[in-house]
Amino acid sequence: MAYSDKVIDHYTNPKNVGTLDKSSKSVGTGLVGAPECGDVMRLQIEVDDATGMITDAKFKTFGCGSAIASSSLATEWLKGKSIDQALAVDNMDFVEELNLPPVKIHCSVLAEDAIKAAINDYRVKNGKEAIKFEESVVH
Amino acid sequence: MLKLPIYLDNNSTTPMDPRVLEAMTPYFLEHYGNAASRNHPFGWEAEEAVDYAREQVAKLIGADPKEIIFTSGATEGDNLGIKGVYEMYASKGNHIITATTEHKAVLDTCKHIEKTGGEVTYLQVKRDGLIDLKELEAAIKPTTILIAIMYANNEIGTVQPIREISAIAKKHGVLLFSDAVQAVGKIPVDVNKDGIDLMAFTAHKMYGPKGIGALYVRRKNPRVKVTAQMDGGGHERGMRSGTLNVPGIVGFGKACELCRLEMEADTKRISILRDKLETELMKLEEAYINGSTEHRLPHVTNISFKHVEGEGLLMGFNKNIALSSGSACTSASLEPSYVLKALGLGDDLAHSSLRFGLGRFTNEEQIDYTINAISETVLKLREMSPLWEMYKEGIDLDSIEWAAH
Repeated sequence: MAYSDKVIDHYTNPKNVGTLDKSSKSVGTGLVGAPECGDVMRLQIEVDDATGMITDAKFKTFGCGSAIASSSLATEWLKGKSIDQALAVDNMDFVEELNLPPVKIHCSVLAEDAIKAAINDYRVKNGKEAIKFEESVVH
Repeated sequence: MLKLPIYLDNNSTTPMDPRVLEAMTPYFLEHYGNAASRNHPFGWEAEEAVDYAREQVAKLIGADPKEIIFTSGATEGDNLGIKGVYEMYASKGNHIITATTEHKAVLDTCKHIEKTGGEVTYLQVKRDGLIDLKELEAAIKPTTILIAIMYANNEIGTVQPIREISAIAKKHGVLLFSDAVQAVGKIPVDVNKDGIDLMAFTAHKMYGPKGIGALYVRRKNPRVKVTAQMDGGGHERGMRSGTLNVPGIVGFGKACELCRLEMEADTKRISILRDKLETELMKLEEAYINGSTEHRLPHVTNISFKHVEGEGLLMGFNKNIALSSGSACTSASLEPSYVLKALGLGDDLAHSSLRFGLGRFTNEEQIDYTINAISETVLKLREMSPLWEMYKEGIDLDSIEWAAH
């Protein structure tokens, strides 16, 4: 299976690989996937409490090229977005931007789940209720 | 000068030896007769070439040329050998014993037999990939007609104790079939010394052409028969109808001859390269060899690099190095290699594996390049892996409740 140029680019030069201080109140961490399934994504956001804007985003991913590319792209998209804008990111946005083939759609779902998990982690840390999302439809 | 890409997927298929192609060419262009045409020189030439090739093939495995049935490849050989015995010996019993790490061509053939009323026992393998001989013997019943155990495994290279297995089969009057695709031409295989009754193998795993293989069917002690799975003109002593693939057979014969003459030197050279590759890659932290290192093909190694996903790993160099992974992220099921899982490996390690198959045309420069490329990619991906970070922080990954998706 051939990867798209965009996937290859993110894989070769991933953006925002790294770790934010997960104990900080302004950092939200989303850890999704499972080693048994062959992909685990950890996405972290740093939020400016005053403005509600995402000022930084980092990821680490265990997985195939498409999983790495999806999470790298997610960090790029999240920086500078408000929480509400971040919540609007849909898995199909990744599929379109990265030209993911059908067998790789789960990578995009995982990226969307990681964003939501990171936001909820941030919310809970700051005394807000976790948002209940509809169960995402995955394989 | 190092030429890229490097081919290290020789368990999948091998390049053809130029000497094989040279032997085949005249049988496309000048001697194109049908080996079954008895009335003119074209047919005679073709028949003569087939007879000669049959001798070359037989000689490599210590068989009589009459015991060689040409097929389209090992999948057909597996089907003909197993279904053919099952149907031919139906009055004697309906039970077959095989193992969970067999090739799909054997496993799916056995599943088909189960659907038609047969009974199949699938032996588990030990951590090293070998079957347990006591379990094998205990599984034999009065209705057992066939034991089907591969000579060497395609993913991990583990070589089964075929002589001990055949001794058990003989003791109980059960036939032994072996899928020997990965072994023939690579290590000494002798159907008489090994006590094999039926054996499938194929040309394209030993520097011959694709689309031609053979089923060895024993003619003496005991005389074995199989029911044909392909009806027609009664070629190959009635066991496999169909016009013979003369150029393919000629190439197969030549490939067998070359393997017979050069196996020793090839093995010596290739195993040194394999050992170098393995030793250097094992210097990486948390790298594990899968399957037995003692009972193993000399040109194969299968290594898991923990906390790095196989397909992601391949992507780091697959433009330049051809390899395969036990991870199956491309398949819809997302199930990693069933062979690695049968060894008792967790899914995480199975997902993290690479299979290396060296060959006659592998050289040291290629191995050095591969060692560097893989080591670099493993280190790079580990820097990117949340699992590696947790492992380094001393977090027990099994203690985490993963959100299964």
